[in-house]
Amino acid sequence: MSDQTKPRIGVYVCHCGMNIAPKVNVEDVAAHAGTLAHVVVARDYKFMCSNPGQDMIINDIKSLGLNRVVVASCSPRMHEKTFRNAVKSAGLNPYYFQMANVREQVSWVTHDSMDATEKAKALTAAAVSRVFFHQPLSTREVPVIKSMLVVGGGIAGMQSALTCANAGYQVYLVEREPSIGGHMAKFDKTFPTLDCAACIMTPKMVDVLQHPNITLHTYSEVEKVEGFIGNFQVTVKKKPRYVDMEKCTGCGTCMEKCPSKKISSEFNEGLSFRTAIFTPFPQAVPNVPVIDAVNCIVLGKNKKCGACAKFCETKAIDFEQKPEFLTLDVGAIIAATGFQAVNPTHLEPYGYGRFPEVYTSLEFERLNNATGPTSGKMVMKNGQIPERVAIVHCVGSRDVRHKKYCSRVCCMYSMKFAHLLREKTGAEVWEFYIDVRSPGKLYEEFYNRVQEEGVRFVRGRVAEITDMTDDPNDKGRLTVVAESTLTRRTVRLPVDMVILSVGLEPAPGAEDLGRLLGVSRDGDGWFTELHAKLAPVSTPMNGIFLAGCCQGPKDIPDTVAQAMGAAGEAIALLSRGMVTTQAEISHIDPDLCIGCKSCIGACAYSAIGFDEARRVAVVNEALCKGCGSCAATCPSSSASVDHFTDRQIMGELERLV
Amino acid sequence: MSEYKPKIVALVCNWCTYTAADLAGTSRLSYPAEIRMIRLMCTGMIDQKYILKAFLDGADGVFIGGCHPGDCHYIDGNIKAEKRIGGTRNLLSQFGFEPDRLALQWIGASEGPEFQHNMTAFVERITALGPSQVADRMIL
Repeated sequence: MSDQTKPRIGVYVCHCGMNIAPKVNVEDVAAHAGTLAHVVVARDYKFMCSNPGQDMIINDIKSLGLNRVVVASCSPRMHEKTFRNAVKSAGLNPYYFQMANVREQVSWVTHDSMDATEKAKALTAAAVSRVFFHQPLSTREVPVIKSMLVVGGGIAGMQSALTCANAGYQVYLVEREPSIGGHMAKFDKTFPTLDCAACIMTPKMVDVLQHPNITLHTYSEVEKVEGFIGNFQVTVKKKPRYVDMEKCTGCGTCMEKCPSKKISSEFNEGLSFRTAIFTPFPQAVPNVPVIDAVNCIVLGKNKKCGACAKFCETKAIDFEQKPEFLTLDVGAIIAATGFQAVNPTHLEPYGYGRFPEVYTSLEFERLNNATGPTSGKMVMKNGQIPERVAIVHCVGSRDVRHKKYCSRVCCMYSMKFAHLLREKTGAEVWEFYIDVRSPGKLYEEFYNRVQEEGVRFVRGRVAEITDMTDDPNDKGRLTVVAESTLTRRTVRLPVDMVILSVGLEPAPGAEDLGRLLGVSRDGDGWFTELHAKLAPVSTPMNGIFLAGCCQGPKDIPDTVAQAMGAAGEAIALLSRGMVTTQAEISHIDPDLCIGCKSCIGACAYSAIGFDEARRVAVVNEALCKGCGSCAATCPSSSASVDHFTDRQIMGELERLV
Repeated sequence: MSEYKPKIVALVCNWCTYTAADLAGTSRLSYPAEIRMIRLMCTGMIDQKYILKAFLDGADGVFIGGCHPGDCHYIDGNIKAEKRIGGTRNLLSQFGFEPDRLALQWIGASEGPEFQHNMTAFVERITALGPSQVADRMIL
């Protein structure tokens, strides 16, 4: 169809079942659209996105010779692609289409039916006015790089990496800590089946290390992300380990000989010490230590030591190591950066940090772990076994003053602790809860089981934990103060140990990574998925996917399932092999360009060059993202973004006021 | 009694404020029907002439919504927009018109309630200012 053909516009107003009609008088909107210039046909229909709805458009294009289409329905973020495809299948360029959003912007948010109908008419008329100026655009197919990047080496990242690697794709797994494993490596048992975490985790860690398709970069961070779906260039910084990975045999002599022995162990949540040259835990993958430059006598204090180097038989210690920067070319990226546990120090009534026998749940995980500071003995700081333990639910979660959301895992791990305490110590266990949430496979059964095991449940948020005791015989113990909302009595319970079931919050650095990837975060800091229900592992950034807790709190089964889902999306992209480039990019009209170079300064992507011979600016189409900074800056109106031209925007604007 | 209803155009970016508007819709957070929105890829593509055109065509207020600083999908289009819109506000006041008829706010993709509050507040603000004189009296 030639450009010169007189515009013949079809307008379709959707009822969206009961979502747009009856709030918007759709018949009235269609009738109004029918009176507008160049509109040949205007109809309303129950569901425009359905097959019959799309067929209606396709048939009208063919039988009435339409060359422009407007659909007044939902958000273009929902169905623009659907209708463009319908238009395309009728033989029309898909960019001869415009949507008016009369659902999200009208029927769902407007009280008065008359106002809603008027607004819907205006938005539809604006779309008609805009589509008049639309131009046919074309896209190109470019090949996808058949490798992918996973950021984060916890259970989510490991699972995503393994699934993609098993599909035959090259995977780069980047982890900022010295070892992969994440939080799950710190756990002893996992609810509700009480599987041993190490037994199911460590073989996976080894699989990741040994898989021929996985390249592991530990102690490394993503520095820069460029490119677009199918063609990302990622810069990764490998932090200096000061240990040559090729030479190190993992014998551990260096750690024995290191004289800096009193450094708080991050892996053991500060409950034990480590040396300056260390592996976070004995089963670390890779089993190559790193030197903590701050605490090392040579690197941090600039004094003589070098004990590790002296005793290393393979001469693997290298104090001169510098950060290394790698560039990885990948077609897809999966973010799997996980969470951190809420630090309860600021929740002062709970006394964390003031009373030695108040633990966070992660500290208790380590206390309970065979590789932990007590080799798995559940003992107090004085070495004695507690007789009575209180577990406080929802610490930092479900609280308008802190995190409004439910962290989803705390009820279940609290009950796991209760079971393990009963089993290992026989201690009396009291759970203080708001609501017990156990909505998973075998979860409710586990709740019933711990009740039968004699665990006491008190429904009420704990008000205070104090060392003031009511009975002199309890001196040295802690008192948990709460209101039991079932018995309507105040409970003052002397206990030996308190476990705070702290909530989950996004991992530190998620904000920076979000910015590098262009993935937005919700009000709580979790990465935002493309669609809460239908695209839970995709992001608005094509080619970037989410796995695990970085998208929101979830337990291990959900994390693994989501990691496999993200891997599935990435595999689908890589195996498709081609992606379509965007059509909406900038152009500079050389006849209008005055050569002022303002656009070159405005372009954030260095996508505009200067043709010295013609004295005009020229857009590099491969680099342009279509943001329009050049168009807004250009004093001669020579720069414009296809599909967002002045005439198109002004055309829409005219009809809205 | 016929009540004064201002004409308001909102120019918003696809990635943050338009998404927030969709979220407000999905969450059924209602706001005044006077808001008429145009979706652009970035606030950085908003040319001064779009704003002036809106006022000259009879708009009583123009609202511009973009991503929070640092969250721009195109690195810093929003920051460029902020500078440009500051200039347009100055221009309005130099011509003797209320610069408050032009507003720029950062509304992130997840901020449906903030979108609703901003729309409601902006309509209240423009209603209080009354009809704009720009269309009748500004000569460019």
